[in-house]
Amino acid sequence: MKDTYLVTAMRDGLAEAMREDPAVVVFGEDADRSVMGSTRGLIDEFGPDRVRNIPLSEATVVGCGVGAAAAGLRPVIDLMVSSFFYMTMDQLANQAAKLRYMSGGQVRLPIVYFAATGGAGSAAAQHSESPHPTFIQQAGLKVVMPSTPADAKGLMLASVRDPNPVVYLQEASLGGTRGPVPNGPFEVPLGRATIRRDGSDVTVVAVGRTVRVALAVAEELDGDGVSVEVIDPRSLYPWDADTVLESVARTGRLVVLDTARQSCGFAAEVIARVCTEAFSSLRSPPARVTTPDVPMPFAPHLERHLAVDGHKAKAAVLRCLQ
Amino acid sequence: MAARDAGADAGLDLVEALRIMIRIRVFEDMCRRLFARGRLPGFVHLYIGQEAVATGACMALRTTDQITSNHRGHGHVIAKGGDPARMFAELLGKADGYCGGKGGSMHIVDFPSGMLGTNGIVGGGIPIAAGAAVANQYLANAKVALSFFGDGAANQGVFFESLNLAALWRLPVVFLAENNQYTEWTRTGDLTAGEIVDRAAPFGIPARTVDGNNVEDVFREVRQAAEWARSGQGPSLIECVTYRWHGHNEGEEAFAGHYRPAEEIEAWKARDPIAALESRLLEEGTLDRTRLEALRGQEQDLIDESYQSALAAPVAPVEDALTGVFAQSAGRR
Repeated sequence: MKDTYLVTAMRDGLAEAMREDPAVVVFGEDADRSVMGSTRGLIDEFGPDRVRNIPLSEATVVGCGVGAAAAGLRPVIDLMVSSFFYMTMDQLANQAAKLRYMSGGQVRLPIVYFAATGGAGSAAAQHSESPHPTFIQQAGLKVVMPSTPADAKGLMLASVRDPNPVVYLQEASLGGTRGPVPNGPFEVPLGRATIRRDGSDVTVVAVGRTVRVALAVAEELDGDGVSVEVIDPRSLYPWDADTVLESVARTGRLVVLDTARQSCGFAAEVIARVCTEAFSSLRSPPARVTTPDVPMPFAPHLERHLAVDGHKAKAAVLRCLQ
Repeated sequence: MAARDAGADAGLDLVEALRIMIRIRVFEDMCRRLFARGRLPGFVHLYIGQEAVATGACMALRTTDQITSNHRGHGHVIAKGGDPARMFAELLGKADGYCGGKGGSMHIVDFPSGMLGTNGIVGGGIPIAAGAAVANQYLANAKVALSFFGDGAANQGVFFESLNLAALWRLPVVFLAENNQYTEWTRTGDLTAGEIVDRAAPFGIPARTVDGNNVEDVFREVRQAAEWARSGQGPSLIECVTYRWHGHNEGEEAFAGHYRPAEEIEAWKARDPIAALESRLLEEGTLDRTRLEALRGQEQDLIDESYQSALAAPVAPVEDALTGVFAQSAGRR
């Protein structure tokens, strides 16, 4: 066990994957220098043949991932910022996500598409996206978003080993957070949530950086005698509905925190599943705290105004308890 | 289907080339008739008139080489060694179609023959071929990837991006533009500045224009480009100038109106790549009338039997619609 930055832990997971399989190659924007830290130092250990800088041709590089995977590699593609995925949507949504299904299962596409995601301090609308619902919608992409350094490493290894395209999103604002990470290779299985804090009065499902928000609210409300259970889904597709349903069956209340915009977001899906499959266990209407349906503004105070924060989360929890 | 390796290491077997071209023509003609009778669901884009391109190109490749293709891909699948029975089965939504009925005309994949996918998105297969070439280069497996795409795709961003990447990394890939003169329902010259073949020069990629109706010329250029790629020299661009006899898709008369002069179509039909090759083989004495008729008959029988077997096959079970999105195995391979 070692105290590690989240981005470093993720990088360590990738390094473990590269050590165990020479078919794992990394194509990334500034992959050698790795200004975000996601691939830092990998070129020293694995060489420029396996760690390649890519031109800013995101669509083509995402498509290259499909071809390379179909022809025997396990590419890991680092696009740096999640909004850059929008430039790749044909190759990502029409090709990577659909080729296996369309071909009647002839092709395996073990690819990891990686980027930092979410707002990170006045990056403005084109660098502050949380586009995970867009990827969830594609039917053919797995989507993960870790909130702790240990999960960042274990999910990376699981994503690279998975025989399917995985969109791995790392909250930009969490890259510099630290936490204990086991040494050596280990997997955090895709599609499995974890309960970050046990509670009995209300279930809070929190995505990515909002897990910390939820835990802080839970701590605060504990002093008021409110017991909050916090679930971190970690995988957003497929996601672990069973853990959420089981929790809501005990607490009878549900709040979902998500950095994606509200309409058709992940929070909407979680609430819909609970309402359609466990309506009778609900003692109050579920609530969600998301980014409103607007692009992220630049000015720090405007950005803060829209953020999923403790104040809004606490209000939502208290509303459910009324 | 016959392995192409023997041909790929020698000159072009013109009789075999004629056989493949006829097979494509007869297959496509069957598709035309089936569509007209309402027997084929979905979109059908016919390759009639362009047979020399797929045939010459695929015969210049090895069985293990990979291709990507486009919406007009039946010819590419057949030329790469595809089984017409499984193709018909796919077009009819049958269980033993190439994709179990999930792909249809625009998405036939035949992985064992190196056919990485026809494609419904114009230009979609270009980066995929480049990516296969990345793998080939990294694995040092001496395979070459070739991407068939149309003139319309030459205006897609991924075409230019792929040229750049392929030149930068000296990828073993051949970019093969089939210029059939029309981008959907518009004359390509109205939408395309300059010549497609000239688009390779800024990247330092060698490029040639070829008569796409001459199977030998296509074969020769692709062979050269493939060996150039195989020997580590990098990518090439080949523009094959040809013509599609049919519309963008079958049934377009209902909505597309008249957009091609009849004289133009007739002029290109007079340059039928199959008739030209037949005449030549007859003149040279390589074939006589009897053998030619026999060859035609064999291909007609093959296509008829393929269709009948597909027709008799069971449809894909409805349960299959919900399966096969993700590979399940936890294994690393």
